[in-house]
Amino acid sequence: MTALTELSLAEAGKGLEAGDFTAEELTRACIEALEGGRDLNAFITETPDIALDRAKASDARRAGGKAAGPMDGIPIAIKDLFCTEGVLTTAGSHILDGFTPTYESTVSANLKDSGAVMLGKTNLDEFAMGSANVTSYYGPVKNPWKGPGGKDLVPGGSSGGSAAAVAGGLCSGAIGTDTGGSIRQPASFTGIVGMKPTYGRCSRWGIVAFASSLDQAGPLTRSVEDAAIMLGAMAGHDAKDSTSAPIDVPDFSAGLKEGVKGMKVGIAKEYNLDGMPGEIEALWQQGMDWLKDQGAECIDVSLAHTKYALPAYYIVAPAEASSNLARYDGVRYGLRVEGESLDDMYEATRGEGFGDEVRRRILIGTYVLSAGYYDAYYRQAQKVRTLIAKDFTEAFEQVDVLLTPTAPSAAFAIGDKMDDPVAMYLNDVFTVPASMAGLPAISVPAGLDGDGLPLGLHLIAKPFDEVTLFRAASALEEAAGFDARPPSPKGGAS
Amino acid sequence: MSLDKDTVRKIAILARIRVPADALDGLSVELSNIIGWVEQLNEVDTEGVEPMTSVADMDWPRRDDEITDGGRAQDILANATDPEPAPGGKDGGGFFTVPKVVE
Repeated sequence: MTALTELSLAEAGKGLEAGDFTAEELTRACIEALEGGRDLNAFITETPDIALDRAKASDARRAGGKAAGPMDGIPIAIKDLFCTEGVLTTAGSHILDGFTPTYESTVSANLKDSGAVMLGKTNLDEFAMGSANVTSYYGPVKNPWKGPGGKDLVPGGSSGGSAAAVAGGLCSGAIGTDTGGSIRQPASFTGIVGMKPTYGRCSRWGIVAFASSLDQAGPLTRSVEDAAIMLGAMAGHDAKDSTSAPIDVPDFSAGLKEGVKGMKVGIAKEYNLDGMPGEIEALWQQGMDWLKDQGAECIDVSLAHTKYALPAYYIVAPAEASSNLARYDGVRYGLRVEGESLDDMYEATRGEGFGDEVRRRILIGTYVLSAGYYDAYYRQAQKVRTLIAKDFTEAFEQVDVLLTPTAPSAAFAIGDKMDDPVAMYLNDVFTVPASMAGLPAISVPAGLDGDGLPLGLHLIAKPFDEVTLFRAASALEEAAGFDARPPSPKGGAS
Repeated sequence: MSLDKDTVRKIAILARIRVPADALDGLSVELSNIIGWVEQLNEVDTEGVEPMTSVADMDWPRRDDEITDGGRAQDILANATDPEPAPGGKDGGGFFTVPKVVE
C-alpha cells in the first residue's frame, strides 16, 4: 500500500470510509512526517495533541455510523492567519506575540465541523505580505523542491508554509489565503494545486485582515478533486462577514469528469509579457494544446488594462493594509513596548513589532491615503480597478474560462530579489488581475522547467462559477499528468 | 514623485511607527522607487470612470438593530498586557491599561 502521507485527500477519505486505516493512524503518519520535515520550517505551531483528539473523535463518529462527510478524519494544516480558539495565532508577526484567540475563524470552524483534523498552524509571510515566505518573523520556509546543487529555494508566498506542508507530504491538504496570488503562486512553486474562490465565497470572519476588498481563503492540495472537496467544507454564507455571499454552496466536484468538449477558453495576449521566459511561454502554449485536444476552443480575447493591475494593486492593498493594521497598538493584545506617553508606546510598539516589508506597505498606504495625494493615487487606482474588472466582464461574454501562466518563473533561491521590492512584486503579475476583479482562479501543476522545478498553469472563471473552473482544471491536470515529487525531507526520493 | 527624508519622517509619524534616523535614507529610496513605479497609472484615461470600492455585486445586508452578542469582558481582556480587574466582581468588566494620558 502507498504510504498514508502520499495519498491524495480524496484517496485518504475513501480509505477511511472503507476502513483500510483509521483517522488516528493517518494522523500519526502525518505527525511523524511533520516531525521529520521540520527543516522546512513549514509550521509555526504544531498541535499534535489537538490532532490526535480530533482524529480519535472522528474514528468514534465513524464507528457509530455518523461520519460527517469526505473531510471527516482528514489531517490538514491551517495558515497562521486564521484565528484558532486556544491556539497561538501569529500572522507571522512579532507584533502578535503570544496572541491566543478566544474564538475560531468561520472557515477553520467549518472545517472542524466537517471532521477535519488540525495538525498545526503554518508559516507565512508577515501579515501575508510577500511572495517568497521570507518576511516571516519566524524565519523563511524552505521549498521541499531543491535547486541545482541542492540549493534551498523559496516555496513562494504568502501561504508558503501551507504549500510546503502539502508538497512535502506533511498533511493531506492545507488552507491558505490569497490577496494577490498568495495561494496560487506558492502552489505553482511547489508543484501542487492552489485555488482562490470568488470573493465572498468563503467568510473572512476571524482571518487576520490584510486588504479586506481582496482577501479570500482557499485550499492547497495535491489534486484538483481534493481542492473541490476541501472548498466544499470551507465555503458558505456567514452573517458575521457582510461581504460573504448569501448563496448556496454547489457540489464543486460536479463537473470534474465532464471534460472540456465545447468549452471556450480565452487567451489574452496582454499576458504575453516582455521578457517572459521561453519555457513559460511554451508551457502556456502546451496548456492551450492540451485543452484543444480535448475538444475545447481557444479564443483570443483582450484584457487591455492587464499591465496596470499590479501597480493598482500596490496602491489599493497597502492602503487597506495601513488602515487594517492600525489596530496593532500594543494596548489590547500582542506585543507592547512601554513608552513615556501613549503615542510613545504606539510608536515604539509598532516600530519594533512590524518587519521591513510590512512597515514599507503601511508607509506607502499612509502616503497614498494622505491629504493631497488621495485623488492622485488611491482614487486613480480604484478607477483603474473598475476598468480591469470591466475587461474581464467583457471577455467572459465570449469565453467560459481564461488560461494564463501562474507565475513568471519557477521557485528561486532564498535571499534572491530581497533588495528590490518591485522585482519581488512582479511574481504576482499573472495572479493579481483576477484578485482585483474578485474572480475565482486556480493553479494546476503542469510541467517542469530546465532545472526540474515545477511550473503551474492558471485558470480564471466567472464570479461564482467555481464548478466550471474545477472542470477545466481537472482536464488540464489529466492532460499534464504531473506526477513529479520533491525529494523526501529525510533524503532520497519519496 | 520622490519621497524625501522629511516626507518619510512625516508619514512614519502619521502611521505611528518609530523609524530609526539611520533607516530614513534607505526607506526614502525604496518608497520613491515604489511610488515612481505605480505612477504609470497616470497613463490610464479614467475620465468618467467610477472608482471601485468593492467587487461584491450585492446590496449591503441589513438586520434588526438589536444586541446579538456581548458579556465577554474576560474574553476581550484575555490577551491584554496587565489588565486591571473591575472593582467588585470578575465578570463585571475590567480595564486595559495604558501610560497615563491625563495628568
